Amino acid sequence: MKDDIRAETIRIAGSGQDQIEAYLAQPLDAGRYGGVVVIHHMPGYDEWSKEVTRKFATHGYLAICPNLYFREAPGASSDDAAATVRALGGVPDERLVGDVGGARNHLISLLSSNGKVGTIGYCSGGRQSFLAACSLPLEAAVICYGAFIVGNPPEGAPVKMTSLVHLAEQLGCPVLGLFGAEDQHPSPEQTAELGKVLADHGKDFEFHTYPGAGHAFFATDRPSFRPEAAKEGWEEIWEFLGRRLAG
Amino acid sequence: MCTYQTEKLNLTGSGKGAQGWFCLTDASVYFDHPVHASAEHTLNLDFLNPALGPTARVAVELDRKSALALSDAIRAILDATEIPT
Repeated sequence: MKDDIRAETIRIAGSGQDQIEAYLAQPLDAGRYGGVVVIHHMPGYDEWSKEVTRKFATHGYLAICPNLYFREAPGASSDDAAATVRALGGVPDERLVGDVGGARNHLISLLSSNGKVGTIGYCSGGRQSFLAACSLPLEAAVICYGAFIVGNPPEGAPVKMTSLVHLAEQLGCPVLGLFGAEDQHPSPEQTAELGKVLADHGKDFEFHTYPGAGHAFFATDRPSFRPEAAKEGWEEIWEFLGRRLAG
Repeated sequence: MCTYQTEKLNLTGSGKGAQGWFCLTDASVYFDHPVHASAEHTLNLDFLNPALGPTARVAVELDRKSALALSDAIRAILDATEIPT
C-alpha cells in the first residue's frame, strides 16, 4: 500500500545539541522522499500534531515533529507541558531555530531522503515556520495562521515573541500562507501587511484567506475546525509541497 | 491558544491533581482556546506548583457565563463568612 507508514518516537539533537523528543513518520515503500518538519501549535506536542505528522507520511513525505516543550516538561502530558511553557513565556526564538534545524538535519540523514526539506507550522508554529525559513536552508515553508509575524503580542501577554518583519529580507524559500478571515491573531490586515513586506522584498509567496474560518481551522479536535477551509487548505499544501519537495 | 492574555498570581492553598494533593503556590488565569471544553474560547484556570514540575497542575476550563457565576459565588460566600484577621 502506498500509504503504509512507520511512526515512532525518537530522540534527535536539537538546539545546543540537546537531546529532545521527536515524532517521526515515514513511508514504508522504498524510495526517495522530501521531508517536512511539522512545528506543533501552542497547545503542544499533542495527539493532533502527531496525526498531522502521520498524514504527511501517508502522502509520501518523511515527516518529523520535534517536541518543542521537551526541556521544560519531559514525560509530562501535552497540556501540562503547554501550560508550563506558556507560563514561562513560550519557546525562545534562537532555541526554536536550533530545534527545527536539528529536525531538518535528521530528515536529511535518512537514507530515504531526497535532500529537500520544508516546514509547516500551526498557530505559534506558523510564526516559527516563518522564523525557520528566514534562518535555515529550506526548500519550502507553510504558515498556518501564524500570529505575530507582523505586530507584537498585547501588553501583559506572557509570551515573549516579537514581530519577525525585520527578518523578511532573509527569507530563503517560497512560502505558502493559509489564514482564516475571522482570525484576529493574525488579522486579515496583518496578513495583508506581511504580504506587502514580502512583495517589497521580491519574495516568492502565496497567501490564501478562507471566509468563515477563524484561528485553528485545521484542528479537527476543536470547535474551531472548519472542514471546507481545511479541505481547501490541504489541497494547497499538497500542491505547494509537491512542487517544492518532489524528487 | 492565541489571545495570549494571562493574569498570573501567587496564592496559598492546596489542590488535587493527577498524583493526589499538593500545595499550590501559583495560578494562571487566561481566556483562550481550551484543551477539552467544547468552546472556541474558555476562561482557563491553572492552579500550580512549578517547583514540583509540570504535572503539579489542576486545570479548569469554563465558558464565560460559568466563569462569571463562579467569580460571583466566590465573592458572595467570602463576603458572607468574613472573618476578621
